[in-house]
Amino acid sequence: MSGMRQNSTPGWLPFVPVAWLLLFFLVPFAIMLTVSVAHRVPGGFYEPGFEFDSYLRFFSVFFGRILLTSILISAGAAVICVLLAFPFTLSLARMKQRGQTIVLVILLSVLSLSEVIIGFSLSTLLSKTAGVGNLLAALGFIEESRAYTPSLFALMAGMCYLALPYSVLVLYPPVSRLDPELGEAARMMGASPFQTFRTVTVPMLRKPMMGALILVFVFTLGVYLLPQVLGQPQHWTLSVHITDQAIFQSNLPFAAAMAVLLLLVSLAMVGLSLLLGRDKVTDT
Amino acid sequence: MMKRRDFLASTGVAALGTLAAPSILLAQGQSLKVGTYGGYFEESFKTHIYPDFTAATGIEVDSIAEPTGEAWLVQLQQAARAGQAPADVSMMAQVARIRGERVGLWAELDQSAMPNVKNLPDHFLHGYEDGGLYGTGAVAWYISLVTNTDVYPEPPESWTAFWDPSNENRLGLLALASNSFLLEITAHCYFGGTDILATEDGVLEVMHKLAEVKPNVRLWYRDEGQFQQALETGEIPMGQYYHDVTGLAAADGKPVRSTFPKEGAVLDSGSWVVSKASNALEASQVFIDYMSQPEIQSKLSRFVGTAPTIPRDMTDLTDEEFAAVSSELPPILPRYDLYVEKADWVNQKWSELVTG
Repeated sequence: MSGMRQNSTPGWLPFVPVAWLLLFFLVPFAIMLTVSVAHRVPGGFYEPGFEFDSYLRFFSVFFGRILLTSILISAGAAVICVLLAFPFTLSLARMKQRGQTIVLVILLSVLSLSEVIIGFSLSTLLSKTAGVGNLLAALGFIEESRAYTPSLFALMAGMCYLALPYSVLVLYPPVSRLDPELGEAARMMGASPFQTFRTVTVPMLRKPMMGALILVFVFTLGVYLLPQVLGQPQHWTLSVHITDQAIFQSNLPFAAAMAVLLLLVSLAMVGLSLLLGRDKVTDT
Repeated sequence: MMKRRDFLASTGVAALGTLAAPSILLAQGQSLKVGTYGGYFEESFKTHIYPDFTAATGIEVDSIAEPTGEAWLVQLQQAARAGQAPADVSMMAQVARIRGERVGLWAELDQSAMPNVKNLPDHFLHGYEDGGLYGTGAVAWYISLVTNTDVYPEPPESWTAFWDPSNENRLGLLALASNSFLLEITAHCYFGGTDILATEDGVLEVMHKLAEVKPNVRLWYRDEGQFQQALETGEIPMGQYYHDVTGLAAADGKPVRSTFPKEGAVLDSGSWVVSKASNALEASQVFIDYMSQPEIQSKLSRFVGTAPTIPRDMTDLTDEEFAAVSSELPPILPRYDLYVEKADWVNQKWSELVTG
């Protein structure tokens, strides 16, 4: 069987993505690495060279704090997204086919909104003059309308809005394939609905959940507009500082060095979470 | 920036008398690649300036949209190494202009071929250290103190309003040292001028003074639209912004005003420079000379909304037209050298002390 399946696709097909990856990922990455060790000419651009000045500049309390902030914000967004997406996807999978299709189409249409639109819509929605503050004041929950942006709350709302569809789309296939008889068997053996959820549903979906966490984490790590629009300066992530260096300061070596370090850190975080996830699976 | 465009659309193209131009016959039939910032500036120049320039001199203009930031400088430099000029004449921001000067990217110009250039004040004439002229002021604009008129019935008189504790969480300021020029503003308010910015200790002292405004700042903005909307609704009722754009918004009925504080407003500008790889130096000089004429400077003020780069009495602007784009109060001139020589240091300290 497996031999026949291999024959059904041409042997050269795997080379297409490999070539694509080489051309559009490895080559630009190599350029970025080269630029990151280039010599920064103060008051100019950069010239070819091999030095680690840009990397050394990064190793300071200031940038360490920014890196930590970026990781915490993205990890927070990932956890919130998965916590919201998981029960949402479970109930989505229980809906009728037609309802599922409608909800999925709405979710997919959210993906067409850019970071810019989401950022500016939320900043209006959370403003003092035109936002929910007015509504809360009119309903008597608060005395006077107030602004909820820029703040960590606004930034998280924006990031989760941006990333939630992705986590649902990662969780949806395994959740919809989940055999309902397993849950029923657990219930017949006397487990409460919560026990069934905790000991049957969640363990079976641990891997897709980990996948969704990693996807949202990596995805939000690259977001650079929302922190500027919805966050305060202390919420400006490393991506914002990379943009500043590359676009406003013309310091490409430093921007490239920060980008390389961000990539390494996110790879390390992904590797770490995969390791942790694997241990837990073998434990159970 | 949208506001300016609306304004232009409603004003339309006014027919201006044919302008006398020098060296008409010399340049007949040539074409010249002129780079301006893509978007608003490029469209305005294509509509209001180039057709008349071609009619007056016979030089066709090939309009090039420059990317924002300093990407254009990088492209010009790399092309020049290969002996190419993606544009003959380019409008450059001052920091980029100085960076180009440092690497000798700009062609030297012959001032005797450009009689109108003598209209410009010294700070709009750019020369190499040995004295050779290589660039001139192209367009200028003011960054002024802006307020929402509903929240502030009386206009503030001084930039020091930024430090007033009663303005807590009410300000919108530009996020970077090199585009907000808040160091220069602070130096003018509290240190008697920008001389203090000559040393690193002085810059730090100014930054510490500026850091006192932090509790008052609601938004450090990079995107203009973000602040303009918040200013118009009164969400962020005070800040720094572009004088002409604020004036257009006010003319549109929005409750905003732009004030020239008693310390002066910040005068920022773009300059014309010619790539040394260009082989259209003569036509470039004709263009720069043409742009330095009082009539053209007046036209730019009327239709593009920029402040004239020549003294006011040379222009035929009415009081109202002049006030819409400029002021006769001495301006605060940015210390561009700071953002060239100490760029990385200033940027780092700014992030740590001011916005951090």
